Amino acid sequence: MLGSSSQRSTPASYSSRFSGPVRRRIVLGVLVVVSLVLITVYFRETPGGALHNIQSAGSTVLRPFEVAATRVAHPFQDLYNYLRGLVHAKSERDRLQAELDKTRQRLIQYQLAVQNNKQLRASLHYISGRRFPQGFRALTAEIISKPPSQFEQHVVIGAGSADGIRDDDPVVSADGLVGKVTKVAANQAQVTLLTDEDSAVSALDIDTQAEGIVKHGHGPGTNLFLDQVPKSEHVTLNNRIVTAGWHQGDLSSIYPKGIPIGIVSSVGFPSTDLYARVQVTPYVDFSSLDSVIVLVAKK
Amino acid sequence: MSVLDGAKAAALLFVAAVIQVSVLNSVTVIGGTPDLLLITLCAVALLRGSIFGAVGGFFAGLIVDTATLETMGVTALLLTLAGYWIGRYGETTGRGRHAPVLSVGVVTILYAFGALLVRYLLGQGGSPRVVLLDALPPSLLFNLLLAIPVFLFCRWVLSLGHDSQPVREVRLIE
Repeated sequence: MLGSSSQRSTPASYSSRFSGPVRRRIVLGVLVVVSLVLITVYFRETPGGALHNIQSAGSTVLRPFEVAATRVAHPFQDLYNYLRGLVHAKSERDRLQAELDKTRQRLIQYQLAVQNNKQLRASLHYISGRRFPQGFRALTAEIISKPPSQFEQHVVIGAGSADGIRDDDPVVSADGLVGKVTKVAANQAQVTLLTDEDSAVSALDIDTQAEGIVKHGHGPGTNLFLDQVPKSEHVTLNNRIVTAGWHQGDLSSIYPKGIPIGIVSSVGFPSTDLYARVQVTPYVDFSSLDSVIVLVAKK
Repeated sequence: MSVLDGAKAAALLFVAAVIQVSVLNSVTVIGGTPDLLLITLCAVALLRGSIFGAVGGFFAGLIVDTATLETMGVTALLLTLAGYWIGRYGETTGRGRHAPVLSVGVVTILYAFGALLVRYLLGQGGSPRVVLLDALPPSLLFNLLLAIPVFLFCRWVLSLGHDSQPVREVRLIE
């Protein structure tokens, strides 16, 4: 059908009258020359030149036709855009989901950084403050490994013997006592937290001067007990407990005196026991520790 | 060349040019844009010859250059050459049923190269990689898909008013 010559409405005389080789070439040549002249003039003239003005006027004339075409095509374009949107909806959803995941990760990192920054600022404030114990230098270390379960109260910090850390060095935070160093490698060290069942710290109620030993009770949780406090001592709620820091001959506590441990949260007097049962809530939030300060003894 | 033929061809090219600049130039599917004006010019040139093609291409190009405020004469020059070449093809060997598709395919590729060359000479060259590798294949596909319908439509429009009644009686010469 396409190749049917009978459908072509080219008259027989058409070629001879209008499409002779010379005429054809003349027409082509003229049009090409006119095009080149237009290009040249357009380039050489200023934006306010005649050709620019003609183009501007022509554009104004064509504008209504363009607007009409756009309006006619608008419903079709809407349909096309709708269908295109459907085709791209899945990939768009996946892209946005990936972007959301990335943003969520960034938000978490940002929140962690803010928290970390807050802790470091508190540590800095503590180190440069009057509460910092004499005879020690502070070594801030990041916690690189946390206890895998609540039954193992050890953390690993990113500093070790190469930084001057030794076994039994006290570990604190800006809030209070954290624990002590129990294993040391070159660049890492294990810290046993105060909440470990094997931890025991001689402590003092600074309000009543009652002395005892802070230990972790059996079972889960971070509550501590101030053990071996005679019932005669009038330990009451909200009393502050700090390290006792005793000295006896050449022996001395590994913890310097006055490091905050916690606050008395309950006091009981069991009839079957010689001592009062003093429960202490630690100042340190062991679940949110990101960095600690190791107290390295000055030589 | 009858005035009616010229008017119909001019109307076809004018409408195609307006649709191209106002609608189709903003339609991009998988990186390509269908060129309705080029296809219409191919159809007109195939059906009406090289002079029609050249003149129609020139004025259609001027419309495009005017509407898009591009450098006057650039599109006119390219479409003049395209129309003339397709017209010559139609006048000589392009009479088969594949002529519209073949001519549209070839002229789409040559037009892309020509446009790139002219714009490069004018210092307006775009990225050859984008023009030839990213945009040309899908544009070529769309143009080939549109070639037959546009050709049939143009042939129908240009044949309006002509006596195209089939021959019902043949008288033998004795």
